[in-house]
Amino acid sequence: MKIKPLQILAHIILILGVLLMVVPIWISFASSTHDTVTILTEGMKFNIGEYFSRNYNEVLNEKGGWSEEVTAAKMFINSFIMALGIATLKVTISAMSAYALVYYRFKLAVPIFWLIFITLLVPLEVRIFPTYKIVSDLGLTNSYTGLILPLVASATATFFFRQFYRTIPDELLESAKLDGANSWRFFIDFLVPLSKTMIAAMFIFMFVYGYSQYLWPLIMTTSEKYWTVVMGMKIIFTESYEGVALPRTAERFAYIILSMLPPVLVVVILQKWFIKGLIQTEK
Amino acid sequence: MSFLDLKNVTKIYPNGTKAVHETSLSIDEGEFMVFVGPSGCGKSTLLRMVAGLEDITEGDISLDGKLINQVDPSERDVAMVFQNYALYPHMNVYNNLAYGLKNRGIDKETIEQKVNDAAKLLQISDFLQRKPSMLSGGQRQRVAMGRAIVRNPKIFLFDEPLSNLDAKLRIQMRLEIKKLQQKVGVTSIFVTHDQVEAMTLADRLAVINNGIIEQLGTPIEIYDNPKSLFVAGFIGSPQMNFLDGNIKNKTLSAEGFEIKDIQSDFNGDVILGIRPEHLSQTENGLINLKVDLVEQLGSDNLVYGQLKDKKDFCYRCPGNQTIEKGSNLSLNIENNKYYIFDKSTGKRVN
Ligand SMILES: Nc1ncnc2c1ncn2[C@@H]1O[C@H](COP(=O)(O)OP(=O)(O)O)[C@@H](O)[C@H]1O
Ligand SMILES: [Mg+2]
Repeated sequence: MKIKPLQILAHIILILGVLLMVVPIWISFASSTHDTVTILTEGMKFNIGEYFSRNYNEVLNEKGGWSEEVTAAKMFINSFIMALGIATLKVTISAMSAYALVYYRFKLAVPIFWLIFITLLVPLEVRIFPTYKIVSDLGLTNSYTGLILPLVASATATFFFRQFYRTIPDELLESAKLDGANSWRFFIDFLVPLSKTMIAAMFIFMFVYGYSQYLWPLIMTTSEKYWTVVMGMKIIFTESYEGVALPRTAERFAYIILSMLPPVLVVVILQKWFIKGLIQTEK
Repeated sequence: MSFLDLKNVTKIYPNGTKAVHETSLSIDEGEFMVFVGPSGCGKSTLLRMVAGLEDITEGDISLDGKLINQVDPSERDVAMVFQNYALYPHMNVYNNLAYGLKNRGIDKETIEQKVNDAAKLLQISDFLQRKPSMLSGGQRQRVAMGRAIVRNPKIFLFDEPLSNLDAKLRIQMRLEIKKLQQKVGVTSIFVTHDQVEAMTLADRLAVINNGIIEQLGTPIEIYDNPKSLFVAGFIGSPQMNFLDGNIKNKTLSAEGFEIKDIQSDFNGDVILGIRPEHLSQTENGLINLKVDLVEQLGSDNLVYGQLKDKKDFCYRCPGNQTIEKGSNLSLNIENNKYYIFDKSTGKRVN
């Protein structure tokens, strides 16, 4: 096979893209295996150092925070629970509300859809004080429910599910009806399996969204037991040195590397489903 | 009371389209009824009202002695084959057939038995594990039929199920559907815009135009005795020839010829209809045809040409006659088989 110049160019571009993605992660990982002093004096590292086990051990087990109550491991778990809750509920609720909007042709369906869509203009950060007020009135501060609940409605996902359902031919519903399926069965037996790909994609997307929340957990948690990864990144592994707070850079790199694992895990698990759905067109 | 009864059924869509006008119709148990008419005449609407997929604006539909106007489609015990088959894309063939049975709470072994029986009947046993996307058009068609048969419903509804197939397969499946229906004996309604399909399948057929049943009868009755200009033009291939004319005192005069002693007391402007196959060549015949084009089908020749007044005209003769392009033919109407329609109303008058 002859290799055309255009192919070479394409490969160069792809390789550059891959490097752009991989190099920062590699630098973070390599730096996380050195001593903070080395990094502070010599800059970030490309080679693996000698402190891998010490740094990672400290990150997972050392208690941090103001009152030294929380470990990084605990924060990973908190973030994981929060992200899982947000992603699961977001996907479930949007799929169901899109189902209602598309298949129950009530008069207000279109206005209601636009109302949902408008909420895109008011993300949590904009309505954070009223949200905080409600959550605290409900006594939900410092709880997983409080972390998750205000974030579970999703206009974006509702929109995507709605667009997808609208491409499903009416005959499928009619045929299912004649086969004795009620509304609930049609949703479970048809829409859910047909939108598998969509569900996987939305889940990944929403998981990352939930995992990277910063402002909301920062405001609504006062107990360190509910701290999340992104909050912790700024707060823990700081050392006081002659009255100045200095970051422990090596441990922070280790922390960053570990904090990437849960979302990566979700992507790896769901991507099979996701790609399978993309390959077999089942419509 | 017959098996399926439609009484003064009317359908007006929310946007105001009146798709079906006060239609009444009775179908006997085991009968194969065909609704035929041009696209947009309301055949699907009528069928979908029987299925329960469209509300009935006015009138009553009863099935097997029970009024079903308000009965949910899932409770009606009817099965439908759709034009695009509407197979369940994420289920394999087995589950496509089994789904309706599962929903009715039938136990696993009975389901398996029924699905296997239906699959055997339709020769799809080898594909039971395949997804619909891995089947050919004809196989999908069979699966769609299987899904209807397996439930043993009170009535089969077909909405143009053959129109997505190529010509050869269409003829083959047409035959199979007819055979299957005779074997299973289920009351069926079949909707089509193809008059050949309608003629070949139907025990009785309803010719529908603009939401009204123009004529109801056996295929031969309708072919031999069309009651209106529309039916005459729609049924029969090639189409009936239509000529303008006028009747005065039992004498019909058309452009270039006259027919005396016709069986009608009508006076006034009429349209004379003559089927291409009801003509024969003679000397000094009524009609003079100047031949433009001959289509040789083997068994028959279709001769297209023009009359004196440049009107297009078609004549069908046995394939063993040789007819030259450009020649002049002199034709007679065989056995007085001509049809006269009132020009203003389209109603038959002889
Ligand atoms: N859902 C609908 N809303 C409004 N008008 C419709 C709808 N479905 C069909 N029609 C109209 O009703 C008439 C009959 O349609 P249909 O029964 O589908 O005809 P056919 O099956 O004979 O081609 C057509 O004029 C069509 O445009
Ligand atoms: Mg139709």
